[in-house]
Amino acid sequence: MVLREDAGAVTVLPRQFPTNRGGLCQKGWTAAELLDHPERLTTPLLRDPETGELRPATWAAALDRIATGIRAIQREAGRDAVAVFGGGGLTNEKAYALGKFARVALRTRHIDYNGRFCMSSAAAAGLRAFGVDRGLPFPLADLARADTLLLVGANPAETMPPMVRWLNEQRRNGGRLIVVDPRATATARQADLHLQPLPGTDLAVANALLHIALTEGWIDQAYVAERTTGFPVVRRSVAAWWPARAEQLSGVPVADLEATARALGTAGRAIILTARGAEQHAKGVDTVTAYVNLALALGLPGRPGSGYGCLTGQGNGQGGREHGQKADQLPGYRRIDDPAAREHVAGVWGVPADELPGPGVPATELLDSLGTPGGPRALLVFGSNPVVSAPRASHVERRLRGLDLLVVADLLLSETAALADVVLPTAQWAEEDGTMTNLEGRVLRRRALRPPPPGVRTDLAILADLATRLAAAEPAGAARPAATAAARFPTDPATVFAELRRASAGGPADYAGISWSRIDTADGVFWPCPTEDGPDTPRLFTERFATPDGRARFHPVDHRPAAEPVCADYPLHFTTGRVLAQYQSGTQTRRVDALRRAAPDAFVELHPDLAARLGIDDGDPVRVTSRRGDMRAPARLSPTIRPDTVFAPFHWAGPARANSVTNDAVDPISGMPEFKICAVRVEKA
Amino acid sequence: MTERVVIIGNGMAGARLAAELHAHGGDRKVAVLGAEPYRAYNRIMLSTLLAGRVGEPDVELAEAAGHGTDLRTGVPVTGIDRVGRAVRTADGDRIGYDHLVLATGSRAVVPPLPGLGSAELPRRVVPFRTLDDCRRILAVADGARSALVLGGGLLGLEAARGLATRGLATTVVHPTGHLMERQLDPAAGAVLAGTLAGLGVSVQLAVPATGVAADAAGVRLDLADGRSLHADLLVLSCGVRPDTALAAEAGLAVRRGIVVDDRLRTNDRRISAIGDCAEHDGLLTGLVAPAWAQARVLAQVLSGADPLARYRPRPAVTRLKAAGIDLAAMGDATDGGPGEELTFADPARGTYARLRIRDERLTGAILLGDNPTVGTVIQLFDRNQPVPADRRSLLLGRASGAAAAAPAASPALMPDAATVCQCNTVTKGALVNCWRAGARSVDAVLAATRAGTGCGGCRDAVAGIVDWLSHADSVEVTR
Repeated sequence: MVLREDAGAVTVLPRQFPTNRGGLCQKGWTAAELLDHPERLTTPLLRDPETGELRPATWAAALDRIATGIRAIQREAGRDAVAVFGGGGLTNEKAYALGKFARVALRTRHIDYNGRFCMSSAAAAGLRAFGVDRGLPFPLADLARADTLLLVGANPAETMPPMVRWLNEQRRNGGRLIVVDPRATATARQADLHLQPLPGTDLAVANALLHIALTEGWIDQAYVAERTTGFPVVRRSVAAWWPARAEQLSGVPVADLEATARALGTAGRAIILTARGAEQHAKGVDTVTAYVNLALALGLPGRPGSGYGCLTGQGNGQGGREHGQKADQLPGYRRIDDPAAREHVAGVWGVPADELPGPGVPATELLDSLGTPGGPRALLVFGSNPVVSAPRASHVERRLRGLDLLVVADLLLSETAALADVVLPTAQWAEEDGTMTNLEGRVLRRRALRPPPPGVRTDLAILADLATRLAAAEPAGAARPAATAAARFPTDPATVFAELRRASAGGPADYAGISWSRIDTADGVFWPCPTEDGPDTPRLFTERFATPDGRARFHPVDHRPAAEPVCADYPLHFTTGRVLAQYQSGTQTRRVDALRRAAPDAFVELHPDLAARLGIDDGDPVRVTSRRGDMRAPARLSPTIRPDTVFAPFHWAGPARANSVTNDAVDPISGMPEFKICAVRVEKA
Repeated sequence: MTERVVIIGNGMAGARLAAELHAHGGDRKVAVLGAEPYRAYNRIMLSTLLAGRVGEPDVELAEAAGHGTDLRTGVPVTGIDRVGRAVRTADGDRIGYDHLVLATGSRAVVPPLPGLGSAELPRRVVPFRTLDDCRRILAVADGARSALVLGGGLLGLEAARGLATRGLATTVVHPTGHLMERQLDPAAGAVLAGTLAGLGVSVQLAVPATGVAADAAGVRLDLADGRSLHADLLVLSCGVRPDTALAAEAGLAVRRGIVVDDRLRTNDRRISAIGDCAEHDGLLTGLVAPAWAQARVLAQVLSGADPLARYRPRPAVTRLKAAGIDLAAMGDATDGGPGEELTFADPARGTYARLRIRDERLTGAILLGDNPTVGTVIQLFDRNQPVPADRRSLLLGRASGAAAAAPAASPALMPDAATVCQCNTVTKGALVNCWRAGARSVDAVLAATRAGTGCGGCRDAVAGIVDWLSHADSVEVTR
């Protein structure tokens, strides 16, 4: 987007860019409303120990309170007693600085972020199959030329409207769009074929598609032989998924499975994309792997115009997962348990490698351990609102209340900030320079239009201030004088990016050759880009995969039931998702007038047949109850959902909080919670 | 001491049990003894193999191996010593067990016809049951021009379909009045026969076979009506019989199958039976789904994961799906008792549907041909869930179900509150106001209202409204 400032009023204009091609949805158009929003935080808040209320405070008081608290807690309970929680909306520079702050200033192993709830399953599946995780290993524009495009659990018509331009063009070019979704979403209704499986059965659908491809002879045998390993084991495992078996489990007719397999298997160019619908499960990694197996067997990844990819869920969902916010990760998508990676990054950071902490734990486990014996007693939150966005949210809320110190940096008083001991007002998008990396692995610039309002600081400045205070409190003679700390945490994003480039050099997500000026002249730069004068990489895998032997890996995966099956007491499936005019936990979008008018309230979507059996009319208040909690919202009757499934959007807080109901069972590999299916009962409230 | 589990049979049930036990972990030792000299394979895919669409490696199943699982193929078991708790194998081995599982499956029935009496069948006469059978059929089919299939049940039709795919003129001979009479009513049987005819499979109904004569040149099947049919190959598909010989010889309770309780135990508490060879609650299964359900339950019991696990049979769904054929049958669709009945028939296009409903639940269904609801019907039946209030949607599915709202015929008929641009919540009223305020082109309206700037999908609709406004306004001007 392009910003104009006229007499202090900022307006947003769409920009002709290769990804959105001049498209913006309402959230983009109205984003400027947040800059001067009356609820904008412009002063730190401290919880008054007497009244228990948040009161305005000076920056010095707020930062001192945090530094004193951290020191006391770490002295008493060790360095890991302080944890950090980041967000996929932070710029690359902030995500990088936050990871470094945790490892170098706090020296805690406990850092993770809300991307764990978003991209982690696709990331883990991509890593184990291809050796690298980049959402799309090809430019978005390739979608328009695909003869067949399969979207699994993706609803871009509501979650990423400008992307739909590519889908429209794909169909104008004569391509076929096939959508797999338990709901007949706005995207599914545009498809040539919509498969509407029972939630939690996407994996079986994929295995059946591969089974059909085998029996119909659509496997690319030469590709499988030359570019992959492990196919025979997968072939035997999908032999057990004959189509009728998947049909009985998923409800997708065999004829539709066959049509889908044919469309993919006989297409000149075919692309398979997954999103949260397939990924937010306790078997999310295996589900994505099943679709990756299908793509590999058909010879798609690395073939021009074809491939597998996943759709990113947050503004910097890609970059946010590359530079050290993840519990097991160092910048450049390096592993924190890799000695060579530790040596390299420690060298850039100017600390001994053995001082870097080891891997922490994934977000759900981290949040569940807060305030418990042996768990962290302090938490610093940047760019996230887990009280609304985490699974089993009322439990998370209890855990947060059990902390000795909760610090939240945000631009508005989010539901998580409202629980904090210290709230720090931060700058937002139009007030900061930096970079973001989009779903294509294309590094983009964000430019500051104006400085933050008086009283507001940037996240980088906050980290620098805190690092300085923490270093000053080190015992005399320690190797961390405050001056060094200040030098270690520069507040200028350009300086941070220069360091990020060095830290990422040689890693899978190599930014070494990416400069801000190069981004400006080239409509973004695709990583890996190791040298300033060498090429970037719009398309990965054309010659080899990022595995030691250059071959992609098949992994056999099998369907398993949802973590919480339906039963007599909780007989319905519950699934969650987004609506067009809201975003994430709604902290920002619920405060924009136009968006609030477009999507004022939460709702519970249910099929008219189910509603009739429950005696519920359209608009009636209903309660959705699981073993973990309940939510209340008006009923919205729609024939677009299966009668055995109810849906609620997750953007709202309080009684309408969908995540009060969701299951915090997690994927054993990625730590992704099972947002997309749990067992509930529904009744009139 | 480490528990030793011995599984006799490496078929669909035995291999599955070994895999389930393997998945449960633990330090027990599991020996799987397969009589056939092959890896575990998917019997359901044999008709695909017969059709020449896949090769033998493609029908192999994943099997548990290593980590305490000892898989021995080509090792028939010759006897069970219940007192000594050991089995004897054909190669003279003796293998001790703490728990023994019989997963011996079933054998093809060879009908007692003249010409089939000897211990060994003629080369051109082959049952259709095992991978070896498949190989024999393929060996004869190679160079053959015609085939007969005796038996018009599910397996016979799958075999016939596979042979026809190879280009053989194929005839199914069935003794009763319509095909698959255990699953279908006569009308469905007739539609199915029509479908098969279109696929190169002819059908002879209501005529028992009376004898077989085969020599190097061909095979002759004599029929009760005096005719004789000639072909290069005769495939026997006359049902299966549980393989209970070992169990009976060992003195276990055997009726039609090996009698088991809800825990899949025989009358010897150290011996269980699962799959085709087992008889539970008076019923044989003969299908994969119940065999795998039994394997899962037995693995839970034997591993200790859920010692109280019990096998609860679910009603079976019969599914025949091959190129050109789409048939699903479940429950009793022909009971004629109280309840509702839905039917749809379009024999010219090979489509037939009959559904029985009682107390808002499906009690039986036959779906043949192009039925978009087949997946939904199977799920509703399998899960015993209530049927839709609008019964038509059970037959027609999407055709009458959740269609997107149709655009109004003319912008004039659209309410002002109708949202034209979803991405930016722009109503028809907002577009009209924009026009009235002076915007006179599609681009000007788009720019002023932001309509069409998200996914771009509403641009045509906006253009239509602008076009309508330009005409409507010009009418006003001339007035």
